[in-house]
Amino acid sequence: MKPLFLALSLFLLLFALFISSLLVGPAGIGINDSFSGLFFGDKGPLTLVMREIRLPRALVGVMLGISLGLSGAAMQGYLRNPLAEPGLIGVSASAALGAVLAIQTGLSAVFALGLPLMALGGAFVAVLFILVLAGPRSSSITLILAGIAISAMAGALTSLVLNISPNPFAANEIIFWMMGSLADRSMVHVWLALPLMLLGWGMLATLGRGLDALTLGEDAAEALGIRLNRLRLTLIFGTACVIGAATAVAGTVGFVGLVVPHILRPLVGARPSHLLWASALGGAVMILAADIAVRVALPGQELKLGVLTALVGAPLFLHLIFKTRKESA
Amino acid sequence: MSLLSVNNLGVARRKRDIFRNVSFNVGSGEFVGLIGPNGAGKTTLMRAALGLISATGHSNLASLDPELRALKAAWMPQAREVVWPVSVETLVAIGRIPYLPAGSKLNQVDQASVDVAIKRMGLEGFRQRIVTRLSGGEQARVLIARMLAQETPLLMADEPIAGLDPANQITTMEVFASLAKEGRAVIASLHDLGLAVRHCTRLILLGEYGVVADGSPTEVLIPENLARIFGVTAWYEQTPQGAVYQPLEVIG
Repeated sequence: MKPLFLALSLFLLLFALFISSLLVGPAGIGINDSFSGLFFGDKGPLTLVMREIRLPRALVGVMLGISLGLSGAAMQGYLRNPLAEPGLIGVSASAALGAVLAIQTGLSAVFALGLPLMALGGAFVAVLFILVLAGPRSSSITLILAGIAISAMAGALTSLVLNISPNPFAANEIIFWMMGSLADRSMVHVWLALPLMLLGWGMLATLGRGLDALTLGEDAAEALGIRLNRLRLTLIFGTACVIGAATAVAGTVGFVGLVVPHILRPLVGARPSHLLWASALGGAVMILAADIAVRVALPGQELKLGVLTALVGAPLFLHLIFKTRKESA
Repeated sequence: MSLLSVNNLGVARRKRDIFRNVSFNVGSGEFVGLIGPNGAGKTTLMRAALGLISATGHSNLASLDPELRALKAAWMPQAREVVWPVSVETLVAIGRIPYLPAGSKLNQVDQASVDVAIKRMGLEGFRQRIVTRLSGGEQARVLIARMLAQETPLLMADEPIAGLDPANQITTMEVFASLAKEGRAVIASLHDLGLAVRHCTRLILLGEYGVVADGSPTEVLIPENLARIFGVTAWYEQTPQGAVYQPLEVIG
């Protein structure tokens, strides 16, 4: 498939889903009313619903999708492994731990931004650890091992918080938060996450050349003039920015960063540099589609986004494995 | 003109010397075969000369910035790693990365270099084939084409002809020899002494923690060196079809 055609298709799909996302909701507003409420504010309830509820939800969805898809493609390209995903470096688990602490201590109840800020703090701590463990002059294997260790530690501490939580309501809230969701997000969330994500997207977007060279292995890439240390640090910081911010505003949403690059790889001729932008668009498409499905499938009861992406993602992934097996057999 | 110049190069791992005090120059027009038994340090020497691993002593390539070095020397590692199922053309084009500023596409010059490299390695019919589905020997030719597309004055390859069929081994050696004739230089580690004698302009024999012999094939592959370093005897003769060299039996 021609890259331009693929980009155009993904972009049109994303646009259509964005519009649909604005139109779907329990308030049951018609198309005309929706858009007049969105564009010509009249301080009525319609404007409020469109501008304060649906628009931020769709925007956070697009931002989350771009972040997961882009960092997933970059991580797979760097580690040269189709099973890598952005959570691998431990940032999402640590951000989740920060959020869990905010819920447990009641900080999130007294201060609206307490939870996302604590999550960002968790992500920051994870980056410090990963730099100490897999900083300058180390290899991709060290990065994986350090990431696994940090994820395991953050996961254990999260379990500990749940374990000793004296408050069943807090425990309940924690579990639901960890499933990931885009419900009840406001423009404040958008403005909180956007600067960090823009920074992270910018960093990850520069990796294409190096990732292409890494197709031939680390030794050959280095001899092609790629500074692997700089590439690894850019990848760590970029991923931490986008995944930290994404976890802070939407909880942990799995499988998108893993599955989207995998689906799109054959469509870009497996070139890691092309996979970056394709996965960014594809991630946004998948998140928006999933978030619409969540609202349509069980309208009364809020199905969590992370649950749906895993429910859809896991079988899709299995299918891909079977396809790969058939091809190699 | 000297393209590679190493001086007193030494590498030690876990306090054990792999080699030390290695010095030589390689100039344009030379096709150097780097020979020596397994574990003599052929790979380590080439990687140290390129500056991919830390070493004592001096190498002109190792002291360059990586971006600049990539314009001076191309490197083909022994592990023929191709991770993603890309097409032959895409893979060969990776050799143009040193010439591309971030994010830019191949221009006409780049495309021409890719085409020449593909033609030179006889891969025209393979352009759109997926590299990971090719046979090991075909993959090796694609990786050599990638190195050619980099268009550097010096090419360094680690066992480039291992696993190729006889026709492709000879063709590849002829490609390297013709590159040298055009004024470039090639350094390749080799195990096939017969092909080394026929095609290389110069051999460097590694062993006993350093360079044992350095010179024309007939100077280097004398019976004492063969017996001491490789532990084999060999039959050698200048024939009307060129030099023929055949290792015979293991000594002792």
